[in-house]
Amino acid sequence: MEPIITWLANLLANVSWWPWPAPPSAAIIIWVVYGLFIAFGIAPLAMIVLTWLERKIIARIQDRIGPNMAGPFGWLQAVADAIKMLTKEDTTPAGADRIPFNLGPGLIAVSAVLVFAVIPLAPGIIGSDLNIGIFYVVAVGSFGVLGTLMAGWSSNNKYALLGAFRAVAQLVSYEIPMAISLITVAVVAGSMSTLTIIHNQAVANGGWYIVAMPITFLVFFLAGMAETNRSPFDLLEADSEIVAGFHVEYSGMKYAMVMIGEYVHMLALAGLSATIFLGGWRGPFVEQLYNAVPILGGLLGLVYFLAKVLLFIFVMMWFRGTLPRFRIDQLLDFGWKFLTPLSLFNLLTSAFVVKLFQPAGTAGVALPAGPLAGFGGLGLTSALLISNLLVAFIASLAVRSLARRSRGNVLKAVAGVEG
Amino acid sequence: MTEQIVFFIFTIMVLGGGLGVVSTKNLYYAALFLSLSFSGMAGYFIMLNAGFLAAVQIIVYVGAIAILILFAIMLSRKVMTTNEPQTNKQNWLALIVTPLLYLTLIFLVVKVNWPVSSAAPALDVLTQMGAQFLGGYLIPFEVMSVLLLVALVGAIILARDVEKGRE
Amino acid sequence: MQNIPLTWWLSVATALFSLGLYGALSRKNAIAILMGLELMLNAVNINLVAFNRYITPQNVTGQVFAVFVIAIAAAEAAVALAIIIAAYRQRGTVNVDDLDSMKF
Repeated sequence: MEPIITWLANLLANVSWWPWPAPPSAAIIIWVVYGLFIAFGIAPLAMIVLTWLERKIIARIQDRIGPNMAGPFGWLQAVADAIKMLTKEDTTPAGADRIPFNLGPGLIAVSAVLVFAVIPLAPGIIGSDLNIGIFYVVAVGSFGVLGTLMAGWSSNNKYALLGAFRAVAQLVSYEIPMAISLITVAVVAGSMSTLTIIHNQAVANGGWYIVAMPITFLVFFLAGMAETNRSPFDLLEADSEIVAGFHVEYSGMKYAMVMIGEYVHMLALAGLSATIFLGGWRGPFVEQLYNAVPILGGLLGLVYFLAKVLLFIFVMMWFRGTLPRFRIDQLLDFGWKFLTPLSLFNLLTSAFVVKLFQPAGTAGVALPAGPLAGFGGLGLTSALLISNLLVAFIASLAVRSLARRSRGNVLKAVAGVEG
Repeated sequence: MTEQIVFFIFTIMVLGGGLGVVSTKNLYYAALFLSLSFSGMAGYFIMLNAGFLAAVQIIVYVGAIAILILFAIMLSRKVMTTNEPQTNKQNWLALIVTPLLYLTLIFLVVKVNWPVSSAAPALDVLTQMGAQFLGGYLIPFEVMSVLLLVALVGAIILARDVEKGRE
Repeated sequence: MQNIPLTWWLSVATALFSLGLYGALSRKNAIAILMGLELMLNAVNINLVAFNRYITPQNVTGQVFAVFVIAIAAAEAAVALAIIIAAYRQRGTVNVDDLDSMKF
């Protein structure tokens, strides 16, 4: 961040009519105000852009055209939707608990926005480099669960309550594999700070983590999809079963807040995945350019980061367009009986591999070098990849034998009925 | 000065939430007040150079315990939404005893000359904690994990519907 | 940080402990009693961390103990709520005055 602030300060120093505090502090103030603007402006903007994108992509998947009337490619449709939402009547049902009912959507949206504090958007641009970075992400996610529960219970509607019940079951169970996969990342990176994680993904240090840890990425992304309530994990909203779940009673701006929460959550998940597994802003020439001209390097990094984020967003919409919804028991079985054991097993093997390749160092106590420390980052990456593939192979064997047994039971039951 | 203002804001959250928990009739509100109080405490921990503990506080208390309590309230909601008084027969006794306890403890807090150190706070809190968990406090740490496992299994067995469990 | 004396933290923790104790003693609903207990455990945590920050700022033993307290509180809450749910299924009430079949 310092190079940009220095640049701003130099710029201000050359402006003779600047009436306000001395350039360095003024630069910092401008920077902070700008950051706040980005943080609060990103949410509605993301919603407007992403709804349009989603309608277009889903339409293409379903062999339709999608919105095409308002503006070129129909992109004004999203603006029209936003205006419609703003002007609609904002109702509160008669039997609702007013305060929690109105607080719920805000809590959902805020918990999604808070995640961006630890995501580096470009080299040198990060809200706050916490040393508990990815742990913080799990923590602020908890507020979203609370908001969902408040919204569902206070609406005083049986569908909303059913949605809230499902939400708790789903969000709490998928928090566990997500946290475990983040712990795996922390073990491999040796840190929870997002900046260190990006630093460790330089090619010299072993490259992107998606190459080293495909299973961890898969668990993280699937659990994250469940946390964002996206299809195929959207059964807490399930418009065709329980109308809209916890937000059935919301209208107007509060409904928009719930939707903003969902889309910003998507964006946060995509941003996190890009940061942790695809190296964030890393890409060709970013660092060289950043060292020469900070602004241009930062912009290039931002472009790479946004490209990766859009890739993940596209994958999420693709999922929604292709996969049918889970049933509640399938959903819980998938979380507890497949993702959780898989992520735990993966954590164990990854920790073992990391120990083998550990360079000597101190972390509270002196750590001896591992037996294979000489192979460096690329050695660690390939060993982790092999161990991940092994885990995937064993998991697929286990799933296969389980599926066979359950199929056998079904066949036996059918034979028993017939006989 | 800023620190004091922040301290007061968090104090209002913590004590206001606590007061709400013990005074409101509606248990659903009580659980929401409880999570407000927990969030304020996470703020305290950040002020006290314990950022990791603040995140743990949010994850465990707001994300798990408050949610569990809300869930239990929803599951037994027939008896939760009554408007009859929520206090029992020994309410007046508690109203006498707890202020007395509070005054005694405050007396102790003010009287004792605490050996406050002016050293700078530790910077490597996370690494130190990790080293302590896997060093000096290894056995309590392992016992804690066994305790959590036992609690997990025990909670499932207790809460399972016996009629359905038999089939 | 030295703008806030240690006694402020201790006073808040004491007040919270007393509130929790009052809740645990005076409520008749089992879940409300559990909430009072959680408040008391949290008050203890504030004390532990404040002492750690003010008296031994160079090491983190107080925070380690706070983590132990949090883990035990979580285990306690899970088991207690399971018991409450089981009792509600059996008796249809969570009022501790009515759950007195152990008393003669």
